[in-house]
Amino acid sequence: MRDAMGRVSVVVWKDLLTEVRTKELFGGMMIFAVLTIITFNFAFDLTGTGRAASGAGAMWVAFNFAGFLGLGRSIALERDRGSLDGLLLCPVDRGTIFLGKFIGNLLFITLVELISVPIFGALFNLDVIQATLLLVLVLGTVGFAAIGTLLAVMAASTRAREVLLPVLMFPILLPVIIASVRATTMILTHETGDLLPWLNLLGAYDVLFLAISYLVFDRVVEE
Amino acid sequence: MISLPQRPPTSAEEAVPVSRVPRVKIERLSKRYERRGVLRSIDLELFGSECAVLLGANGAGKTTLLRILATLSRPTSGSVTIAGHSSLRSAQAVRAQVGMVAHQTYLYDDLTASENLHFFARMYSVADERSRIDEVLFLVGLISRRDDRVRTFSRGMQQRLAIGRAILHRPALLLLDEPDSGLDREGARVLERILAYHAASGGTVLMTTHDLRLGLTVGNRVLLLENGKLVLDAPASELREEELDERLSRR
Amino acid sequence: MRTSGARGTQLANLGLVLGVLAGISMAIGLYLGLVYAPMDAVQGNAQRIFYIHVPMAWVAFLAFFVVFVAGIMYLWKRELIWDQVARSSAEIGLVFTTLVLVTGSFWGRPIWGTWWTWDARLTTTLLLWFIFLGYFMIRAYAGDRGRAATFSAVIGIIGFFDVPIIYLSVNWWRTLHPQAVITLSGAAMPGQMVWALMVCLLGFTLLYAYLMVQKLAIEQAKDKLIDYQFALSEREAEGVTAA
Repeated sequence: MRDAMGRVSVVVWKDLLTEVRTKELFGGMMIFAVLTIITFNFAFDLTGTGRAASGAGAMWVAFNFAGFLGLGRSIALERDRGSLDGLLLCPVDRGTIFLGKFIGNLLFITLVELISVPIFGALFNLDVIQATLLLVLVLGTVGFAAIGTLLAVMAASTRAREVLLPVLMFPILLPVIIASVRATTMILTHETGDLLPWLNLLGAYDVLFLAISYLVFDRVVEE
Repeated sequence: MISLPQRPPTSAEEAVPVSRVPRVKIERLSKRYERRGVLRSIDLELFGSECAVLLGANGAGKTTLLRILATLSRPTSGSVTIAGHSSLRSAQAVRAQVGMVAHQTYLYDDLTASENLHFFARMYSVADERSRIDEVLFLVGLISRRDDRVRTFSRGMQQRLAIGRAILHRPALLLLDEPDSGLDREGARVLERILAYHAASGGTVLMTTHDLRLGLTVGNRVLLLENGKLVLDAPASELREEELDERLSRR
Repeated sequence: MRTSGARGTQLANLGLVLGVLAGISMAIGLYLGLVYAPMDAVQGNAQRIFYIHVPMAWVAFLAFFVVFVAGIMYLWKRELIWDQVARSSAEIGLVFTTLVLVTGSFWGRPIWGTWWTWDARLTTTLLLWFIFLGYFMIRAYAGDRGRAATFSAVIGIIGFFDVPIIYLSVNWWRTLHPQAVITLSGAAMPGQMVWALMVCLLGFTLLYAYLMVQKLAIEQAKDKLIDYQFALSEREAEGVTAA
């Protein structure tokens, strides 16, 4: 068990170190997220009184799109350099490899979100600095990263690659999107009476799909 | 008409194995991709201190065979046993005993040489990590470049580091898929040294190459794969380069 | 379609029996629903589409359940028969889901005055349609059939767990976010309606079974063809080596 955790951490360490040195993924995702939010401002009225609701939606859509970008790129990188094979050669449980990749993706996407949120709050005059918002960010992103890591590996070994990823993910992610947006809106408007059911939904979704992805990853990377 | 010896298992006597129990046992191994058979009922035993060279035209199935031995690919039928472990049932145990060098280096460009080795040392649970990494870097002649990123390495140097990666965990079986391609002069010397050392310490090597001279020099057993079937299995001493060249170019 | 051998004849006979039974019960069910059952007080005759719409929805979800189970079995056993069952059921499921959406739309138009509404049931069915689509898309792009089978099995499993969660989240979205709530079926139905519905459900289930048998035979034939092509290439390879 300790051994497995050590291996998960070293996989995460490797991805983080690579990203710190190249800033390939992070930069692209960050800019994409901010630009998307800005575009949404002109697509919808994000300055009026209803801006918390539309703003929450715009924010999560931006995060999802940036997430697709990041997932697709990171897996494509692994494939092109054959590094996925290098990982599969190691005497390591495939589930452990999955966890390492999942945590790496989770950290990247969450970091993009953490930096985007204050920018977003400033641009649209919304009260974003709240602890519960952080919780919703994490819960929403865990679900996204769990399913995303699994499906990105699948999509990467097909001809269509990145195009396929959003097509597969959006229907599956719908509950996460609904729950995250509703919860975010509630937090932004300080009407958190019905917040708990949404958080529970996110939590249950996360546990369920993290477990399924972990178990199934072995078969997905098999040749 | 050239008649080449047809598969007498004389390798045991020639290679002076450490033990008669085969290090690698392949039984009726077949691999099929939907409409196309790639490997057809391969039977093969490899022993310790043996360096077997696998020859064959492109598409004959050499890379597929190596990938199956490395557990990167599952056989369609048949079995593979390495160091007593079944590749299907105890894949982890097999992986711990196998080191692979392929066309892709499996290295991370943005990490340094020692960081790369540190990563794999952790993944392979190498006990004496620090000293082993230094030892390996020294063996492949990259100790002076240990803190340089792999991206700055030449292809030859990357290939050398890849070889280092493969031997890091002291595997019983070394698989090399055309290791000579992309190797510089220094690298070729490193390779021969490492193969000799590996065989001397009882390890097994299975190597594919298009370079017949290299094959007959480092190898003590020659295997020929044709259309997925093992058609030749003979000691290197009994074969001549010209004959093999003829046979290969007949395809 | 005929598959060869005793197995094939069994399958063909089963198909015939199912087909006849399906035909009979659907005929009876449709008569009951369209003629015999009383007209709905609120919705008028437009409500009768209910007798087709509901059984189709039932078949769509039944088909999806079969995809789920067959997917798990394939991942576990790696036997092609499970994938044949899964992809056959998925195709039938996709067709019926499409029909559910269309009939639902045609039903909704006179009742609600709109072709579509984002209530939980309709939305979930729409998402199910997209999950089925994803199932076939990944198959199309996967390359070899082993990968196609594995990847689509994963989609089927994830999708199956996801559908109830989708329903739940859309439901909450609507109820915690006040919108006009529309119910498709009213209060307690009179006995005749229930009977009509039951018979239609039976008929459509038999129809599903009949279609499954037909589709399974086709998929098995497709796989057989690939096997023959493989055998042929093996024969050629033997010839080449012998030369």
